[in-house]
Amino acid sequence: MRKVRVATTSLAGCFGCHMSFLDMDERLVGLLEHIEFSRSPINDIKHCEPCDIGLVEGALCNADNVHVLREFRQNCKILIAVGACAINGGVPAMRNHFTLEECLNEAFLDEIGVDNPHIPNDVEIPLLLSKVHPLHEVVHVDYYLPGCPPPADAFVKIITDLLEGKEPSLPREILHYD
Amino acid sequence: MNSVQGAAPTSDLTSASYHDDHLLHRLYALQQQFQHIPASSIGALAAELCLPLAQVEAVIDFYSFFHRTARGRVDLLFSNCTSCGDLSLMHDLCQRLGVVPEQTRADGAVSIGEASCIGMCDQGPALLANGRTLTQLTPLRLEQIAERIEASTPIEQWPAEWFHVHDNVRKNGLLLGTTFSTGSALVAALEKGAQTMLDEIIASGLRGRGGAGFSTGMKWKFCREATGDAHYVVCNADEGEPGTFKDRILLSSHAHAVFEGMTLCGYVIGAKKGYMYLRGEYRYMLPELLAVLERRRKLKLLGTAILGQSDFDFEIEIIVGAGAYICGEESALIESMEQKGGVPRVRPPFPVTQGFLAQPTVVNNVETLAAAAHIAVHGGGWFNAHGSDKSDGSKILSVSGDCTTPGVYEYPFGTSIQRILDDCGAEHVQAIQVGGPSGTLIAPAEFERKLAFEDLATGGSFMIYGAQRDLLHVIQNFAHFFAHESCGFCTPCRVGTTLLKNGVDKIATGHGTQYDVDELRRMAALVKRRSHCGLGQTAPNPILDLLQRFPQAFEDRLVHSDFEPHFDLDKSLQEARRLTHRDDAEAHL
Amino acid sequence: MSKTIKIDGVDVPFEDGQTIMDAALAADIYIPHLCHKPGLSPHGSCKLCTVDVDGRAVSSCTMPASEGQQIANNTPALKEVRKTIIQMLFIEGNHLCPSCEKTGDCTLQALAYHHDMLDGHFPQFYPRRNVDASHPTLIIDRDRCILCELCVRASREVDGKNVFAIAGRGIKRQLIVNSPSGKLADSDIETEDLASHICPVGAILIKDHGYEVPIGRRTFDLHSIAETDLEQVILKKTVHHDA
Ligand SMILES: Cc1cc2nc3c(=O)[nH]c(=O)nc-3n(C[C@H](O)[C@H](O)[C@H](O)COP(=O)(O)O)c2cc1C
Ligand code: SF4
Ligand code: SF4
Ligand code: SF4
Ligand code: FES
Repeated sequence: MRKVRVATTSLAGCFGCHMSFLDMDERLVGLLEHIEFSRSPINDIKHCEPCDIGLVEGALCNADNVHVLREFRQNCKILIAVGACAINGGVPAMRNHFTLEECLNEAFLDEIGVDNPHIPNDVEIPLLLSKVHPLHEVVHVDYYLPGCPPPADAFVKIITDLLEGKEPSLPREILHYD
Repeated sequence: MNSVQGAAPTSDLTSASYHDDHLLHRLYALQQQFQHIPASSIGALAAELCLPLAQVEAVIDFYSFFHRTARGRVDLLFSNCTSCGDLSLMHDLCQRLGVVPEQTRADGAVSIGEASCIGMCDQGPALLANGRTLTQLTPLRLEQIAERIEASTPIEQWPAEWFHVHDNVRKNGLLLGTTFSTGSALVAALEKGAQTMLDEIIASGLRGRGGAGFSTGMKWKFCREATGDAHYVVCNADEGEPGTFKDRILLSSHAHAVFEGMTLCGYVIGAKKGYMYLRGEYRYMLPELLAVLERRRKLKLLGTAILGQSDFDFEIEIIVGAGAYICGEESALIESMEQKGGVPRVRPPFPVTQGFLAQPTVVNNVETLAAAAHIAVHGGGWFNAHGSDKSDGSKILSVSGDCTTPGVYEYPFGTSIQRILDDCGAEHVQAIQVGGPSGTLIAPAEFERKLAFEDLATGGSFMIYGAQRDLLHVIQNFAHFFAHESCGFCTPCRVGTTLLKNGVDKIATGHGTQYDVDELRRMAALVKRRSHCGLGQTAPNPILDLLQRFPQAFEDRLVHSDFEPHFDLDKSLQEARRLTHRDDAEAHL
Repeated sequence: MSKTIKIDGVDVPFEDGQTIMDAALAADIYIPHLCHKPGLSPHGSCKLCTVDVDGRAVSSCTMPASEGQQIANNTPALKEVRKTIIQMLFIEGNHLCPSCEKTGDCTLQALAYHHDMLDGHFPQFYPRRNVDASHPTLIIDRDRCILCELCVRASREVDGKNVFAIAGRGIKRQLIVNSPSGKLADSDIETEDLASHICPVGAILIKDHGYEVPIGRRTFDLHSIAETDLEQVILKKTVHHDA
């Protein structure tokens, strides 16, 4: 039987969700009987191939995040928003309190100890969106896995349910936003 | 007395019927004098009026006509109503004067912004200049205005005829066509006695003209029977529903009938005090209204011992609002009278048992009270000889929009919509908004429907949209209106009207999909059903009506994809492009 | 015989003067609520307690109970409506639970769990609102204020003060402090006041008591707001319907 192909990525996130994913520990070994990874920080594949499941951690804070998210949406049959940042902006969205100009000035011009103060403008650097946004404001999202991060058990449950062709659900005790 | 500290300025209008110790009036005077409410004046004002500081702060932020930072010495507010507004004129003038909308020009001479419908729909486009009404605007007039602003000519010295407001009565009916002899209703009341007069009003079948259509006689009866330290009569002259201006004509040309209706109500329910709550947009009528009250006092039709009857005392005071549609809702209106923001109360209790100052209060529309005065003179039979089955008498309509003769028309209830269209010279009509944005949007197939509580009810607004109008744009205007006017008390309306506005905007600007339409429909249903008061309960009507009757108006704009982002991605990079001076391909989305 | 109303088919007794909410609470029937607290005057603003009485939507915390009312409360449709209202409260403010000291003890969050809320559903408003950290023992973070006015009422009705008010109109409504500077430090609030403790969300917090109970061990980590929840939460979103 063909293995179910899974891609994962972290946009504006802290990789905490990925760490939690790896917290599946030895259960991951069992899962690998049934799944294989496409693009993921775990294997360093750079682009998302056509996949069954895409797990996206992190919010959208720059143009590159948007490109990656779109690539995932185009290639993944099922797209899952993982964690608080992907779902409502989370900690990265705390910068929405300030204008982008205030943020960049603080980081690159006004901060004490900055030498050669200038706002980086190399074309290699993705431009920042004026505000940080959750995923569902830009693409359709199929499932949501709340938590900061969602516990390893939540990853096990959602993937196993999907593998078994069930509508994924979580035991209520592990539905948390924190 | 120019110092900001210390007592706030009072106005020169103080009369027996306009009191300077009302918070709204004091804030108005401050706004006039300083173009804003200086922070340093708030403490003294609160102390003087014995109000908590936070209450004064809350009121300043609630009403559209009070500002925290200075507006221009000339502050122009263009109506943004689909009938009396023309924002292209506003943008032209902004350009001409170098003004950004809602921002005061650096020299402090001028600011330009928007106001919700200012009730001049029969003679638009219109604006308020420092609160004074200018109608029938033309590019030429705006040019003249611009010249005077640049020459620092004070508004008081602008030609008086610019400020003239016409009545435009096009068709007289039962009320407008019957001469009202001042004092006649009170003479009749004294002859018959309060109980008989009440029975007469009940028998007439008069129902409220403000929109809800509750039996006026029964309202008076409940209030009369309610116990309290005092009873009050309130005339609702807030007339905020876009497209409505018929109360304006009653106030400008039939004020005696209106005040007499109030006094009559006072007599029937045992009230010694009445209030007229006049919308801020109609402040230009205040001097004349106060003069009418003064005449009535001289005629012994107001004050103590009315018509020599030792136990018949009644006074009328006018309270002027400050730009808030919600204050037309009767319990919000009462809150506003009590020097608070206009937040609708929990009901029950209803105003008839616990209204102004928690005392039994009748709140009636201007037209209702004028009708009651006529009924007192001519009898209930005279009144209910006209009208339809369940709707007695006549209705005064404010007809505006795409027709040759906009203005005021009075019809017996039961008149067909087509008849009205024929009378006002409306051809190639695409749709009519009957009853204003909170009412019903009807299509040509329904033009044989009747004006009546049991069919098409209206508080008076009748806005006609010709074939060339973009109905989605009209509905977008209404969605903005409701989001702007929601008081914000309850979650469904506070958040929901903004979501509806954003949803309509998304579709109207060509970024909506079928999903967005479905979302809009669901949110509309929730806001309509779960909101606290009439504003939220009717705010989704235009959207739902358009979806039902003109689905094409939405479909024509849809993008045929599964999903479109909820914000403009490329625009979201604009600020970063500016800060990095980049404009390469990667700098766009 | 006492008078009764029927909530989801169950007879519930009531006395004159009681609201539907009063009667339900007395009978241990859970109607979700957020702006209501027994002992303070009913407010009727959050609309989470919305129920259908003989087919009409009413707020149970303000609607007087009256003989024979047929009330729908715990129905799938109402659950969807309430979840939507909760989502509206989330997206109009800035509710970033992972960085909020109230997490786990927050009524809004607990209600969201109870209603199987997975996301805010609507585009975030991300308003910019002010923090007031002027007071030595209290902090106001307006990002999380849901305008329930519990603090306003607690201060006026129980503390005998008038520390808080809500200012402004529509989506711009916000909590203000009744003091000359508008700052909490200038008001007469005290830590012991009910108003200091009543906030159902993390908008008014007591300083220096952060994270005394670790995340995961807090009130709603251990208990559901209504102990009637189903065990599993479906991870696919449902959409509300309210016709
Ligand atoms: C949002 C809203 C705005 C209203 N505006 C007005 C108004 O401007 N004038 C008016 O007479 N009634 C208005 N009403 C209706 C009043 O609440 C009230 O029903 C009416 O004043 C009663 O008078 P009536 O019985 O004579 O119609 C409004 C209601 C709502 C919900
Ligand atoms: S429905 Fe709108 S206007 Fe009415 S109380 Fe609620 S928020 Fe205020
Ligand atoms: S107040 Fe409640 S819902 Fe809001 S961020 Fe804090 S814990 Fe989350
Ligand atoms: S601060 Fe808390 S208690 Fe006060 S209104 Fe806001 S959410 Fe309610
Ligand atoms: S609990 Fe009833 S409206 Fe908030």
